[in-house]
Amino acid sequence: MDNVISPENIVYQKPTLLNDNDMHYCPGCSHGVVHKLIAEVIEEMGVADKTVGISPVGCAVFAYNYIDIDWQEAAHGRAPALATAIKRLWPDRLVFTYQGDGDLACIGTAETIHALNRGENIAIIFINNAIYGMTGGQMAPTTLMGMKTSTCPYGRQADLHGFPLKITEIAAQLEGTCYVTRQSVHSVAAIRKAKRAIRQAFENSINRRGSSLVEIVSTCSSGWKKTPIEANKWMEEHMFDYYHVGDLKTI
Amino acid sequence: MDNHYSNTSEVLLMKGNEAIAHAAIRCGCDGYFGYPITPQSEILETLAAEKPWETTGMVVVQAESEVASINMLYGGGGSGKRVMTSSSSPGIALMQEGMTYLAGAEIPALIVNVQRGGPGLGTIQPSQGDYFQATRGGGNGDYEVIVLAPASVQEMADFVDLAFELAFKYRTPAMILSDGVIGQMMEKVVLPPFKARRTEEEIRRDCPWATIGRTPDRKPNILTSLELRPEAMERHNLELQAKYRKIEAAEVRYEELLTDDAEVLIVAFGSAARIAQKAIDLLRAEGVRAGLLRPITLWPFPTLRIQQLAQQVRGILSFEINAGQMVQDIRLAVEGRTPVRHYGKMGGIVPTPDELIATLKSDFNL
Ligand SMILES: Cc1ncc(C[n+]2csc(CCOP(=O)(O)OP(=O)(O)O)c2C)c(N)n1
Ligand code: SF4
Ligand SMILES: [Mg+2]
Repeated sequence: MDNVISPENIVYQKPTLLNDNDMHYCPGCSHGVVHKLIAEVIEEMGVADKTVGISPVGCAVFAYNYIDIDWQEAAHGRAPALATAIKRLWPDRLVFTYQGDGDLACIGTAETIHALNRGENIAIIFINNAIYGMTGGQMAPTTLMGMKTSTCPYGRQADLHGFPLKITEIAAQLEGTCYVTRQSVHSVAAIRKAKRAIRQAFENSINRRGSSLVEIVSTCSSGWKKTPIEANKWMEEHMFDYYHVGDLKTI
Repeated sequence: MDNHYSNTSEVLLMKGNEAIAHAAIRCGCDGYFGYPITPQSEILETLAAEKPWETTGMVVVQAESEVASINMLYGGGGSGKRVMTSSSSPGIALMQEGMTYLAGAEIPALIVNVQRGGPGLGTIQPSQGDYFQATRGGGNGDYEVIVLAPASVQEMADFVDLAFELAFKYRTPAMILSDGVIGQMMEKVVLPPFKARRTEEEIRRDCPWATIGRTPDRKPNILTSLELRPEAMERHNLELQAKYRKIEAAEVRYEELLTDDAEVLIVAFGSAARIAQKAIDLLRAEGVRAGLLRPITLWPFPTLRIQQLAQQVRGILSFEINAGQMVQDIRLAVEGRTPVRHYGKMGGIVPTPDELIATLKSDFNL
C-alpha cells in the first residue's frame, strides 16, 4: 500500500496553506470548499507572505484556524473597514475579507457599500447561504420569500420581513467596483469557475484595480434542516432562481 | 506640509484641534480615519488641507461613520501602523464596540475625543461629560483604555506622540480626552520635532505580532478577541489585567499647583483645570491656602497621590464640567478620610472662577 502515496501516484493534494486542524463546519457546508479554494489560490499566486485575510463574525469566524496566513478577526460586519485601512497602509499587499450574508448584507451594509464605492483595492468573498448559520438558523436579509427560518417560522413574507436583498447587484452599480461576480461550489465545474473568480479578485487587489466582490451562493444544511444532498438540490432549485450565477461586472 | 513653521522651536498660534493635526503629521502617524462632527472637524479639515500623503506618506480617509473609523483603526493598528481617529462625544459613543475589540485583540490605536455636552445629540458646546465613557468604557467586558487629558493647546500637540508611544508600548488603545474649549481655543504652541514614519523593517522588528503577511520564518499572526475555551479565555483576561496593573504602576501622570501647604484641594482636569488655576490665584490672594491637583492620566488615575493629599487637607472639591463623574474616583481614593464634594455645570455652560470659589467656600466653611 505504501506506493499509493508515492509522488507519481498523487493525483490530488490539498494546498499546504490549508493546515490539518479539524474544521468545525457541518457536513455539506460550502464554507470548507471555499476555504480550500482560497488557500489554493494564495499558494498558486505565491503571495502568502503578502496576504492579510479578515475573518467575519459568522460560521467562518474561525477561518484563521485553517489557512496559515496572517489574519485579523473583525467585529460583526466591519471587515471591509479593517481591510480598507490595511490596504491603504500596505498598498502592495493582497487584502481580502471573507463574510457571510448576515455580516456583509445586514449589519455591515454600510461598511460594504462604502468600501466598494471608494474603490478600495480589496477582494470580498461573500458566502450567501440565505441564513444566519452560526446563531442557529435565523432569517437573513438574503432569506428567500417563503423560506422558513427560526425567526420566520411560517416563511418569509413581504409585509413582515421585506424582500431578499441582492446586494451583489447593488455592488455592480458602484463606480468603485472592477469585478463583481456570483458563483457557487456545488459541482466540480462550479468549483473550478469559483476558483477562477477568486483568483481574479485576488489579482485585482494586488494590482490595485479597484474593489472586487465574489458572491458564492452557498448551502447551510444545518440551518436549512436538510441533508447535504438535499441542500445542494434545494439550492439549485430555489437559490439560483433568485440569485443568478454569473459575472455581473468585469472591467 | 508647509515649511513656514518647519523650524520646530518656532512659537505658533493655533487652535487645539489644528495642533493635534499638525502634531500627528510630525510624529510619524501613518493614518487618520475620521468622520466629521463639531467641535473637532478642524482636525480632519487641517489634515486634508496639509495633504500629508504627499509629504510624509500619511494616509487620510474620511470614513462613512465612526463605526467604520474605529474599525479602520483595528485594521491599521493591527498591521503595526500608528493610526488615529478623532471625534466628539456622540461619535465616540458609536466607537465603543470597536474600542473593546481593540482592547481585547491588544491593538494599539489613538482615539481623540473633543467632548461636547450630552446626553444624546446634546449640544455642540463644551463639556466634560464623557469622563465615565472614557474611563469606564461603553464597550463590553473587562478592559481599560489609557486616557490623557490635555489642558492646553501645547498639550494637545504633545500628547499625540505620547499616546502613540503608550499605545504601542502596552498594545492597547489610548485616548486623548479633550473638550470643546481646548479644541477651539487658540494658544501659543511649539509643535513637536519631526519624526519619521516607521519603515517595514522597523515594524517587523517592533511589532512582531502585526498582520502584514506571514513570512516563512514565523507562524501566522492572528489578531482576534474571540476564544471559546474558558480556561484560555480566563488566561487571556488575567494577562490583560496584569498589563493594566503594570500601566497603573508606571504611567500615572498628574500636575500639582500649590499643594505643599494646601488646606483645601481642588481636583480638576482639562479645561476645568485652567479655570481652577485662576480660582486658586484669587483664593491665595485672599489668604485661603488652596491647591490644585490636575490628573493628566484619567486612567490610570492618580489614586495614591490623592490618598496622600487627603490626609493633609480639610476637604477636596472635584471640579468638572459635568454632573459629577471623576468625583467617584476621588471618593474611591479617599475612602472617607476627608469630605469630597463636586462642583460643575452642564449643558455647555462653562463655570467661572468666581462660581467655583463661592462653592468651595460654602462647602468647606472657609
Ligand atoms: C454585534 C453582534 N451582533 C450579533 C452577533 C451574533 N451573531 C453572530 S454570527 C451572526 C450571524 C451570522 O450570519 P452570516 O453572516 O450569514 O454567517 P453564516 O454563519 O451564515 O456563515 C450573528 C447575528 C454578534 N456576534 N455581534
Ligand atoms: S451552520 Fe450552516 S454555515 Fe454554519 S457550518 Fe453548519 S452548514 Fe455551514
Ligand atoms: Mg449566512
